[in-house]
Amino acid sequence: MKSRIIALPYYVWMVIFTLVPLILVGIFAFTDSETGAFTVSNLLEISKYLPTLLRSVLYAVVTTVVCLILGFPAAYIISRLPEEKQSTVLMLLMLPMWINFILRTYAWMNILDANGFINQILMFFGLKPIKMLNTSAAVILGMIYNNLPFMILPLYSIMTKIDKSVIEAAQDLGCSDSNVIRKVIIPLAIPGISTGITMVFVPSVSTFIISRMLSGSTIGLIGDLIEQEFLGLNYDPYVGSALSLVLMVIVLVIIGIFNQFGGEDAVV
Amino acid sequence: MEKIISLRNAVVDYDGDTVLKGISLDIADKQFVTLLGPSGCGKTTTLRIIGGFLQMNSGELYFDGKMINDLPAYKRNINTVFQKYALFPHLNVYENIAFGLRLKKMKESEIKENVMEMLRMVNLSGYERRSINSLSGGQQQRVGIARALVNKPRVLLLDEPLGALDLKLRKEMQIELKKIQKRLGITFIYVTHDQEEALTMSDTVVVMNHGEIQQIGTPEDIYNEPVNAFVADFIGESNIIDGVMRADYFVEIGGVVFECEDAGFGTDKLVDVVIRPEDIKVVAPCKEAIVGVVKDVIFKGVHFEILVETDDFLWKIHSTKSQQIGARIGMSLQPNDIHIMHKLIE
Repeated sequence: MKSRIIALPYYVWMVIFTLVPLILVGIFAFTDSETGAFTVSNLLEISKYLPTLLRSVLYAVVTTVVCLILGFPAAYIISRLPEEKQSTVLMLLMLPMWINFILRTYAWMNILDANGFINQILMFFGLKPIKMLNTSAAVILGMIYNNLPFMILPLYSIMTKIDKSVIEAAQDLGCSDSNVIRKVIIPLAIPGISTGITMVFVPSVSTFIISRMLSGSTIGLIGDLIEQEFLGLNYDPYVGSALSLVLMVIVLVIIGIFNQFGGEDAVV
Repeated sequence: MEKIISLRNAVVDYDGDTVLKGISLDIADKQFVTLLGPSGCGKTTTLRIIGGFLQMNSGELYFDGKMINDLPAYKRNINTVFQKYALFPHLNVYENIAFGLRLKKMKESEIKENVMEMLRMVNLSGYERRSINSLSGGQQQRVGIARALVNKPRVLLLDEPLGALDLKLRKEMQIELKKIQKRLGITFIYVTHDQEEALTMSDTVVVMNHGEIQQIGTPEDIYNEPVNAFVADFIGESNIIDGVMRADYFVEIGGVVFECEDAGFGTDKLVDVVIRPEDIKVVAPCKEAIVGVVKDVIFKGVHFEILVETDDFLWKIHSTKSQQIGARIGMSLQPNDIHIMHKLIE
């Protein structure tokens, strides 16, 4: 009974800021913008945004896969460092996250720009500058950069729980280093992998601003589209709500799939 | 006896501390060898060198006459039973035991046969589908033993494998391990700090302290003929008292000259004398015995522990007969109960 009273503020918070907005999104998504009657036309209208939606999912998948490929060995290496060094490396990893991500993305604009840092170096050595900014690669790079720590941290936290003697036992029984990773580390890290994938995929699929900044507004993602439906030129909260709803369903389905693998340690 | 493992001048430094000070050790095939010593004596370090988990700063390790310093752990014909079991939590009992065999690409039918046989041997038949976390400590350690032995290693390393078990279970497992070792004819190298465990199970005991080997011998040798005060003190209870060698075969203890079996220490030389509490005979006070006053009597079940005070020493006697506190008694010693040792130079 007492714990319920303590939890009350959270319930109120959740109702006001989570449940009510969700219901509103649901209502708007099925409401005709002129008559206010029930309609599915908003959802049907989304079909014209299908390429954007698919592109968003594709970019998010690429981001997640690359983050996993980069993050897994990084997390493993950090988890095997002496303890004092672990905290230093983790600190370095977290440090950029204290700076607003828009600022960090601006930094990337400067680095990748036609006259930016990399191209100046190339030109210094007499090489031709490369067009990097305003490409899909730049957008994905920005997404990877911003999301990588969210892959490394859950992987790291699960890997520190793997007892050194379990790894030694595997070697003792005939595992080469690659077999140790395949047969012991990866199976034991699955809850972390599942959490990491969720924590990277969900923000990636709904990301906005990054794509606009790094593609010079040439590549639209679903997040940018939703923003425009509410705040931008294409003001139409009804279609925006429908888009949000579809995105939410996609995310929920994917989280649901990964929780199947994640066991009790997974998020959500 | 044929040597299976030889360690030559093994030196290990760790953060500026010398953990092993150049030890050399031969281990005979099919023997039960125990590395015994207090924590930090280097026994686990020695085991980890043999297992391939630790590189020596200098020294050589031979297996069957071949140097294996640089052979990685997974290529050694040696398996380990770990202190905290180190079972794979993502695999069930069957898959834990089958782990090594699968890596060897053994046929599924053979794997099954081997795993089932091992489960029978460690009395865990019927547990193959159980998850590791549902097992008790003793059962987990049996799985650990089966997982190592199923690979039919030439040498099995055991790092305080019974340390986490309660006394009764530990005693049972000691007898079981000894049986398994005899039946399979595998060399066991067993690390423990429990002297009783070492004496019960071993063919050979290696007593270590401060990164050095103090004594190597059979349990009887180590117990009856400790080479120095450390070994005497570590192996069982003992009275370690200053004595003076008056001549060969004669030692003065507590002002009384006793006949003994040791010679070659020189004349009027200060020595350590070790006397086991159960070897002291209580007699009436007389010239031929050390006389003291009974300070305390403690009932220990099988025997009484009697503490006797003399001018410069508090003696411990184990006897089935109790004594009156405050009584003056004599302590008589037979020549073969007196163990003379050089003073340890610290």
